[in-house]
Amino acid sequence: MLWVDKYRPKTLDKVIVHEDIAQNLKKLVSEQDFPHLLFYGPPGSGKKTLIMGLLKQMFGPGADKVKIENKVWKIDAGSRTIDIELTTLSSSYHVELNPSDAGFQDRYIVQEIIKEMAKSRPIDTKGKKGFKVLVLNEVDKLSREAQHSLRRTMEKYSASCRLILCCNSSSKVTEAVRSRCLNVRVNAPTEEQIIKVLEFVGKKEGLQLPANFAAHIAAHSNRSLRRALLSFETCRVQQYPFSENQTVAPMDWEQYVSEIATDIVQEQSPKRLYLVRGKLYELLVHCIPPEIILKKLLSELLKKLDADLKHEVTHWAAYYEHRMRLGQKAIFHLEAFVAKFMSIYKGFLIAAFG
Amino acid sequence: MAPLVQSSQPWVEKYRPRQVKDVAHQDEVVRVLTNTLETSNCPHMLFYGPPGTGKTTTALAIAHQLFGPELYKSRVLELNASDDRGINVVRTKIKDFAAVAVGSGGRQGIYPCPPFKIIILDEADSMTEDAQNALRRTMETHSKVTRFFFICNYISRIIEPLASRCAKFRFKPLSEEIMSSRIIHICKEEGLNLDPEALSTLGSISQGDLRRAITYLQGAARLFGSSISSKDLLSVSGVVPPDVVKALLLACKIGDFEKANKEVSNFIAEGYPVSQMLSQLFDIIVEAEDITDEQKARICKKLAETDKCLVDGADEYLQLMDVACTTTRALSNMSEEFCYE
Repeated sequence: MLWVDKYRPKTLDKVIVHEDIAQNLKKLVSEQDFPHLLFYGPPGSGKKTLIMGLLKQMFGPGADKVKIENKVWKIDAGSRTIDIELTTLSSSYHVELNPSDAGFQDRYIVQEIIKEMAKSRPIDTKGKKGFKVLVLNEVDKLSREAQHSLRRTMEKYSASCRLILCCNSSSKVTEAVRSRCLNVRVNAPTEEQIIKVLEFVGKKEGLQLPANFAAHIAAHSNRSLRRALLSFETCRVQQYPFSENQTVAPMDWEQYVSEIATDIVQEQSPKRLYLVRGKLYELLVHCIPPEIILKKLLSELLKKLDADLKHEVTHWAAYYEHRMRLGQKAIFHLEAFVAKFMSIYKGFLIAAFG
Repeated sequence: MAPLVQSSQPWVEKYRPRQVKDVAHQDEVVRVLTNTLETSNCPHMLFYGPPGTGKTTTALAIAHQLFGPELYKSRVLELNASDDRGINVVRTKIKDFAAVAVGSGGRQGIYPCPPFKIIILDEADSMTEDAQNALRRTMETHSKVTRFFFICNYISRIIEPLASRCAKFRFKPLSEEIMSSRIIHICKEEGLNLDPEALSTLGSISQGDLRRAITYLQGAARLFGSSISSKDLLSVSGVVPPDVVKALLLACKIGDFEKANKEVSNFIAEGYPVSQMLSQLFDIIVEAEDITDEQKARICKKLAETDKCLVDGADEYLQLMDVACTTTRALSNMSEEFCYE
């Protein structure tokens, strides 16, 4: 098992990083009940861990026994019926699903499936809890219509159903939904907290972890605990015992992006653009999300630039990323950004050196 | 259904006014509707206004008061965005319901039971234009036996022909005194201890949205027990702490790109919502005295554009960086055009 999963805290008491939130959640469920919740925070900050801990605190070990179900839902939408395939993870107390998987048909998921689930009350032998918990992931990717549908569902079935929503940025969740939930902000762990966790894992695994090296991993993790643990494990495979100044290998796609950045700065010509296009395709083929490529490319380019160009380049990055969201094919916009950068940079070089 | 535990009910539902006269702060509507209760006649209605001002509450309350629990099921059709409301539903379900004749009525006990049915269309602004168009004729032909209540946030999204067939009522955002009196009432009922400072914080963070205020209150009560300070409320509401906003603005003022970049990265890592940041930044910029009008205009324009981009789903980090760059350029009076385009 990967360390990330192996050392995931199983209960709210064992949480190391967000102790205060965990304690608050514990207080929250102490009355055997809680309001709708909205967890938001950057990736790798521990939202899922907290949710699982919460469910366990609430329902006991039964919440751990999950089964994966892949079901096709037949939905009657007026003149035609639509088949939607959806994977759910469920225990006898909760159901977890990813409504945005259905793409533009996510509205039906919210309207029909959630309604269906919310209507039926759980079969609880002890009859303690009169409600079911629905965990919805990536609510920020839901379409406007779906979010609109969600708001009334939340009120109407509040007697038999609690929703736990989970997303990266709460700006993309409509006000109406946010105001119906108790919002829980899960911030990314600080570097000190990451070091603490690394030391904890190191001790459990019986490893010698030099303090400098731990700090090094933490600094390279972008404040994502998941990433820190993954690279810690990678380093363990690469070289053990650890040395004080062992290098943390960057992800290979990051290496690749920084190569692209070097290429762009070296030469600005249609020929080079063509070469870069091939490399960008390579990245896209390997399923690196385009906005991540653009962000990384920007940060690599910014390192190489003079101060007065930075504003301009940042502006265009934001501009093309927005375009990318509206458009269909990411490669056009990535390439447009590269071309724009080349023209700006060339203009700058000519102005500076003639 | 098993009897519900009292605590499982959200306070928003628990303290929803049951009678029209209990609806706070919306005097015109209340007057018209009380009149309706007496004369048992009313026009089609259109309620619009910001969230949390009592639109749905009013509509439900009047329906309950007119018909009472027994007739309610057969006389009132409530549809909202969680039900499918495409053009098909308008053509079949709504039309069929609207066409059914009702008896001449007459009072039943304390309920007036007027001889018409009510169709409540909640969140009507999320209906498609086609569906709204399909309603036009239905409204007129069945006006003898059916009244429509439309509820929406933005009246501009209701097509003109529909709006002109209704009596329009705007629901005003609640003033702070009214909110406080309601909040204090709930605190008393729930046995909470709220100091005056926390009360005013609650008023300012909820911006006239009573539902939001009550939700925050309940959240804070659940998390922090029965005595609530203003700090607890802030942490529940997801408002960005003012010093974080000021730090970013300072970085922009001194024109340090690296520092601004670091602030933005930190901000994203802390998981605050960028839209919240934009609105708080906006408040500070508009009120700032050391920024010229032209600079303010430039920054505000950017904030507006960014808000639109965020709604379209653009990346938060890049957008906030863009705002920071524009702000820096505006504050140091650099030209609006980039030089190397």
